[in-house]
Amino acid sequence: MKFFTDLWANFYKCFLQYDMWKMYLQGLRNTVIIAVGACLFGLIIGIIVTCIRVAPKNNIIMKFLDGVCKVYVTVIRGTPVVLQLFICYFVLLTGIRNVNFFGIKDTAGILVAIVTFGINSGAYMTEILRGGINAVDAGQMEAGRSLGLSWISTFLRIVLPQALKSAIPTMFNEFITLVKETSVAGYVGIVDLTKIQSYVTVQTMELFMPLLIIAAIYLILVLGLQQIQKRIERRLTRGDR
Amino acid sequence: MIGNPIISVKDLSKKFGDLEVLKSVSLSVRKGDVIAVIGPSGCGKSTFLRCLNLLETPTAGEILFEDKYVFKNESVYLKERLTVLKKELKAAKKGNDENEISLAQANYDEVKTQYAALAGEEKEIKKQLQKSLNLHRQKIGMVFQQFNLFPHLTVLQNITLAPVKLKKMSEEEATAKAIELLKKIGLEDKANAYPSTLSGGQKQRIAIVRALAMNPDVMLFDEPTSALDPEMVGEVLKVMTELAKEGMTMIVVTHEMGFAKEVANRVIFMSDGVIKEENEPEEFFSNPKDERLKEFLSKVLS
Ligand SMILES: Nc1ncnc2c1ncn2[C@@H]1O[C@H](COP(=O)(O)OP(=O)(O)O)[C@@H](O)[C@H]1O
Ligand SMILES: [Mg+2]
Repeated sequence: MKFFTDLWANFYKCFLQYDMWKMYLQGLRNTVIIAVGACLFGLIIGIIVTCIRVAPKNNIIMKFLDGVCKVYVTVIRGTPVVLQLFICYFVLLTGIRNVNFFGIKDTAGILVAIVTFGINSGAYMTEILRGGINAVDAGQMEAGRSLGLSWISTFLRIVLPQALKSAIPTMFNEFITLVKETSVAGYVGIVDLTKIQSYVTVQTMELFMPLLIIAAIYLILVLGLQQIQKRIERRLTRGDR
Repeated sequence: MIGNPIISVKDLSKKFGDLEVLKSVSLSVRKGDVIAVIGPSGCGKSTFLRCLNLLETPTAGEILFEDKYVFKNESVYLKERLTVLKKELKAAKKGNDENEISLAQANYDEVKTQYAALAGEEKEIKKQLQKSLNLHRQKIGMVFQQFNLFPHLTVLQNITLAPVKLKKMSEEEATAKAIELLKKIGLEDKANAYPSTLSGGQKQRIAIVRALAMNPDVMLFDEPTSALDPEMVGEVLKVMTELAKEGMTMIVVTHEMGFAKEVANRVIFMSDGVIKEENEPEEFFSNPKDERLKEFLSKVLS
């Protein structure tokens, strides 16, 4: 019995006291903003890079761009994301580190995180999308081309929509991974959900309870997203084809 | 009925790596021709059709469409000859016969000049084609064995996508034309349906209509009924027969001997990448000459 009352007291101290939960909420908000932003940015990068990777390479410019994209995907997938974050934060994006847009605290940090995780996620999105495109029957491209549509028109209007559709569940998976992966943002001082722990610890001198609470929040978030993913998957398989 | 040549194919060859799929195929297609192409599987029928709208790039030969080169590559042969002559020249130079050297040199120079001129001409054709390739394909409709309808678009969108996107028609005109064509095949009630809800026969008829919506000058059919359940073959052949009657120029790869006999005005037998026999249907089926053809006919007609 004492165990539970202690636990509750601890929880109260670390979550409810002095509206401490608002801090978690702010961290959660930042985590979600970073994950969603990075996912969208990554999707845009992924679509562009995929276009270049699968386009016919009949001139030197396309060959060069393809080479660049290949290096991008290989390097990003072959190095740890924390390292990429360090490099972006301390080297590439150092210019905006101290900028506070709209007076919102930490905007620059969030932007850096979105860009970094977006660039990272773009490489994975590219591989996912390429898989989706390979899964589209080659007859689709041929049918489009035989009607006189250009490669790019056929790709954008016929192949890509089908590839995106079949890749949505996997891309959603990537989003869920991203939600968890952004927890390293704290390494460069970005106040995401995980980072909140240090703030709570400073105020309460508690270490274990805030970690537990944060883990629970991640878990609830991820389980919720998995439910959504299941629903999306069911809808996609129920729909045409 | 039958008019001027619309497609002229000369000595067309196609290799996939070392595999020579088409070996010097020549054919002249006139306006209004309905040509049935038959032959064993793997003999290059599909490849031949796909070369005509340049879905495949031939290795050598020429294709003229409406009196304009869309493909020409004869210089490969001169190039081969040139390497031979170069070797001969080298060999001659090893000896000390002045006459022989100058003769070999003259031979080599002559072919080299020819090659340069031809290669230049071909390069120009290739450059022109890069600009007009999509235009060329707009004039050639193609119907595939697997229909290849766009599953994420409705029937109507399948039909109007290309004409609208390529600015051949406005959205309204294309829709009107699509509905008119759908009415003709009795599927106007499917305009807003998705392909997955249609039967194979319906899908293929829609695919034909999709190609027709571009107002092509020629229609290519690659085994349009081979993927269909037997009870649906008739409805597709009926649409094709009507199209033939309206005077459409058609090349049809098919195993439907009835269609070849009744609807086509020319029948072609392909085997091992060459046209072994060509005749008007009556004579083709009653009096085949090529041994392979006899064998093939006895198999498919039994
Ligand atoms: N893209 C390709 N790459 C390599 N080989 C091919 C390709 N397309 C066709 N072939 C080969 O060319 C030959 C002829 O094929 P095809 O024209 O499809 O024959 P058909 O339509 O008469 O059955 C076959 O042996 C086939 O395996
Ligand atoms: Mg075939």
